Amino acid sequence: MLRVEGLRVSYGAVEAVKGLDLDVGAGEIVALIGANGAGKSTTLMAISGATAVSGGYIRFRGTAIEGRPASEIVRLGIAHVPEGRRIFKRLTVLENLQVGAYTRRDRREVEASLEGMFGYFPALRDRRGQQGGTLSGGEQQMLAIGRALMANPTLLLLDEPSLGLAPLMVERIFDIIRSIHRSGTTMLLVEQNARTALGVADRAYVVETGRIVLHGPASALLDDPKVRTAYLGEVIA
Amino acid sequence: MFLQQLINGLTLGGVYALVALGYTMVYGILELINFAHGEIYMLGAYIGIIALGLFTAWGWTAAAPALSLLAAVAVAAVYCGAVGATVERLAYRPLRRAHRLTPLISAIGVSIVLQNVVMLTQGSADKVFPRLSDAPTTFAVAGATVSALQLWIVGISAALMGSLHLLIRKTRLGLAMRATAQDPRMASLVGVPVNRVITATFVIGSALAAVAGVMVGLYYGVVNFFIGYVAGIKAFTAAVLGGIGNVPGAMLGGVILGVLEGLGAGYLSNEYKDVIAFVILILVLIVRPTGLMGERIPDKV
Repeated sequence: MLRVEGLRVSYGAVEAVKGLDLDVGAGEIVALIGANGAGKSTTLMAISGATAVSGGYIRFRGTAIEGRPASEIVRLGIAHVPEGRRIFKRLTVLENLQVGAYTRRDRREVEASLEGMFGYFPALRDRRGQQGGTLSGGEQQMLAIGRALMANPTLLLLDEPSLGLAPLMVERIFDIIRSIHRSGTTMLLVEQNARTALGVADRAYVVETGRIVLHGPASALLDDPKVRTAYLGEVIA
Repeated sequence: MFLQQLINGLTLGGVYALVALGYTMVYGILELINFAHGEIYMLGAYIGIIALGLFTAWGWTAAAPALSLLAAVAVAAVYCGAVGATVERLAYRPLRRAHRLTPLISAIGVSIVLQNVVMLTQGSADKVFPRLSDAPTTFAVAGATVSALQLWIVGISAALMGSLHLLIRKTRLGLAMRATAQDPRMASLVGVPVNRVITATFVIGSALAAVAGVMVGLYYGVVNFFIGYVAGIKAFTAAVLGGIGNVPGAMLGGVILGVLEGLGAGYLSNEYKDVIAFVILILVLIVRPTGLMGERIPDKV
């Protein structure tokens, strides 16, 4: 479904992503794990068109999308839940969700998506008239995911959904992510919390300084000694 | 006297509010003080003169003064809306990623260009506005006099502000504008065409300023190519008074400034009228720089 080849992204003189390859098949959950600053978020931003690409190819369902404007990429079916959630704090919950469906014209279909989304996040229905900024961190994360779902994506890019949340809330969010996946949405997930990410993903890539250094089935990476010491915080005796 | 000055002040206040909206909307989205905005107002007044001159020659103003006024306002709004969009495209968009002061300098440049274009094509002498009717209709209200033109000015200002409010609160474009003002990058990630929203903001702000220009031109009867400067500063004051970036604030700030000026002109001296705006600007910036309805600095994460 998504194929990234030799992706390069630079911020001024600094190259954040230096020739990165990855694949996401239809129906998969693929995780990108790695340390802070490894280039994971930059990769997602390059895919969704939020940042300029300096080299390489990105193909989504056969279409070259590198360098296209973000609004076009959303229309093609990629929605991005960015790091730090970035909900619109001074819009209401409902307005945040409506703006998520900005590219869609059919009111009835949007209404159906809204109902489906409230199915995953019933708390948002109760708070739909509230300003986004008044929600708790967990609710803001739900809203950020809900907003992305309103675009009716085939591929969901999730950047650090566990960031800054209490363990119980992380568990709840990941339960919902699993059920969204079961309903047929493909996902590319970026996480620093490698254990959680590998727990939910089918396959994973390990990113170091802008390159893939390791990839394989999530279960295999969970057993890999290098991953265990570097990313799961285990001490090998 | 009080009532008379209040009425005069409300008339001006509505007009200041219309111009202030352009400043505040552009600031809300780009964090740019569009110093060329006053010149758009001036340009609107000149387009109004030209349009009304033609309408008079065609006999329209005599036959239907109110419709002629509305038509002149519409022509000026469309023309200046296009100029506003062009200015944004040529003078501000190429500087989107530049230092914050750079577009400000560009705005001052645009302002000088627009003034000189009008001076060269229309002359530097005062221009007299064609009269809509030879015997203006007036009404006596509790000892004060209200002209039909004043009622039109207040009515048109109120209708436009009401429509703008609905546009921002209830439409898809309004939602896109609010989202863009809060977080342009996130807005583009959900598919909002941010550049088109910015263009729309300039078109709307410029059209409102043009309407104000035509109405003030008719009210005072004369214009010259330099009126945009003082009007710009007054409208900027109104926007700052209400809280720059805040749309209802600009409306409130405009009306308050107009009323204070009207009362000041009546009770102090007409000569000191313009000083009031500057005093208010200085006081607001010292005492409450966020303005009456302003929030803290917009979150830019």
